[in-house]
Amino acid sequence: MLEVRNLSKRFGGLLAVDDAELTVPEGAIVSLIGPNGAGKTTLFAAIAGFLKPDAGRVTLSGEDITGLTPHDVCRRGLVRTFQVVQPFANLTVRDNIAVGAHTRIRGRADARRHAETIAAELGMSEMLDQPAAALTVAGRKRLELARALATGPTLLLLDEVMAGLNATEIEDIVRVIRGIREAGVTIFLIEHVMQAVMSLSDRTYVLNNGAIISQGTPGEVASDPQVIEAYLGHGASQAITREATAAGGPDA
Amino acid sequence: MSEQTRIAGWTVLLALLVLAPLAITSGRWIEFMELTLFVAVLGQGWNILGGFGGQYSFGHALFFGTGAYIQALLQFKLGWSPWATLWFAIAGGVLVGAFVGYLSFRYGLRGSYFALITLAFAEAFHVLSRSLVAVTEGGRGVALDLNLDPDRALTTFQFNFGGDFLKAYGFYYTILVILMLAYAATWWMEHTRFGAQLVAVRENEDAAEALGIDAFRVKLGAICLSAAITAAAGVYYTQKFLFIDPGIAYGPTKSVEALFAPIIGGLGTVLGPLVGALFLHGLGEFAKETIGLVWEDRPGLDLILFGVVLILVLAFLPRGLVGLLDLAWRRLSGAAPAARKGKADA
Repeated sequence: MLEVRNLSKRFGGLLAVDDAELTVPEGAIVSLIGPNGAGKTTLFAAIAGFLKPDAGRVTLSGEDITGLTPHDVCRRGLVRTFQVVQPFANLTVRDNIAVGAHTRIRGRADARRHAETIAAELGMSEMLDQPAAALTVAGRKRLELARALATGPTLLLLDEVMAGLNATEIEDIVRVIRGIREAGVTIFLIEHVMQAVMSLSDRTYVLNNGAIISQGTPGEVASDPQVIEAYLGHGASQAITREATAAGGPDA
Repeated sequence: MSEQTRIAGWTVLLALLVLAPLAITSGRWIEFMELTLFVAVLGQGWNILGGFGGQYSFGHALFFGTGAYIQALLQFKLGWSPWATLWFAIAGGVLVGAFVGYLSFRYGLRGSYFALITLAFAEAFHVLSRSLVAVTEGGRGVALDLNLDPDRALTTFQFNFGGDFLKAYGFYYTILVILMLAYAATWWMEHTRFGAQLVAVRENEDAAEALGIDAFRVKLGAICLSAAITAAAGVYYTQKFLFIDPGIAYGPTKSVEALFAPIIGGLGTVLGPLVGALFLHGLGEFAKETIGLVWEDRPGLDLILFGVVLILVLAFLPRGLVGLLDLAWRRLSGAAPAARKGKADA
């Protein structure tokens, strides 16, 4: 469904995304993990049209979408959410979601009705008349998701929708994401909450210093020495193996 | 406030404005109402782009002046009928709006940069209208011939020497019709996808883009509609005063007048500019009357007062007077507070 080939993005002297290659198959949940500053959000932004890649190609269902504007990308069925939530603060939850619905629905009343349906699916019916500014963190994260979903996407790019949520809220949103996939939407997500990554994803890519250093099922990736070193520092992988085999005390 | 209550409120308000001349017989108060409605039209023009779209222009005189000048010059130089020139005047305003909008929005100018570029364009037109003497008659301005024949009052769009009714109320109803059209257009806009997308762009342009909105096109549409209404105010001005010069057309006064009314009345609300204009000019008139009694007449006093009111509204009423009315209505009807419609940090 989504193919990224040799994508690079440079900011001055910093190579934020370095020759990234990845594939998101239709109907799958694929995750992108990596330490802070690895370039995950930059990669998302380059895919969704918010940044022009310096090199490489992005195709959606076989169609080249490299360098298109974000609204064009959205109309073709790929929509992203923001890590730092971007609600229309002065509008109600209903009107926020309706803005997304307007991508495919012209009439105001129809868009609002569609917004109500989406809100019901995500368990937000109670909040419809509240201004977005009055929502809790969990509510805002969910609103990001609802708005994106209202555009009728085929592929959703979710940027850390679980950050800042407590355990119950995470369970809730994991259930919601599964439901969205079951409804036929492919999902590509950036996440730091490992338990969610492990339980949700069919496939995981690991980004470090802008480059994809590992890929596979979540289990494979988690035991990859390169990944452990990327997260815990040079030598960490060996240290852990030593510890596991010798079951000895911590070595300096 | 429910949709039905709003519609009922509007009907009452419009009926009052239509019937006002029955109660107001003094020419001076009719003049006052004409001026107020004129500012309310100017304000609505600004409000579409600034209030609904969040693009604060500091040079709306650009559209006002272009409308006024085209209306005057086509009659003065080519002898066209004012009823024909007015379409060109409005189209000219839209064209200038599209041009400025294309340049600023294509290059992503927002906030104070947009305000500055509109101010710069208005000033550039100010200078041009002064220096292109062959076209605009320069600093002397354009004075249209006065029509003294009462039978031709309608065809010349000059009501000063018309029959009793035209002479007294012709221009009042002219500006009222322009106001109704402008406010109906704004009301329509608020109830369409275009309006929803414009507000979304105001609230958060990146999020709007991510949700499939072509922010450039939406803003361009808004500046064209905004310019059309503002240019229509220019047409009215030319016909009412039969005179236009560079200072009146492109000077900063009209740009400031255009933004005062909606900011004080309530940004991004259909009613805001009208409420703001009524309040400001009512207050100005009241001040002149009362202070004039004990003190000699001080020109410019109303402007000082406007400034004070603007500061107070910005500090304490971010949603303007309409927000205050809305709050009072909710208190009275016991309804729960709903989302703010205006921009909070205006």
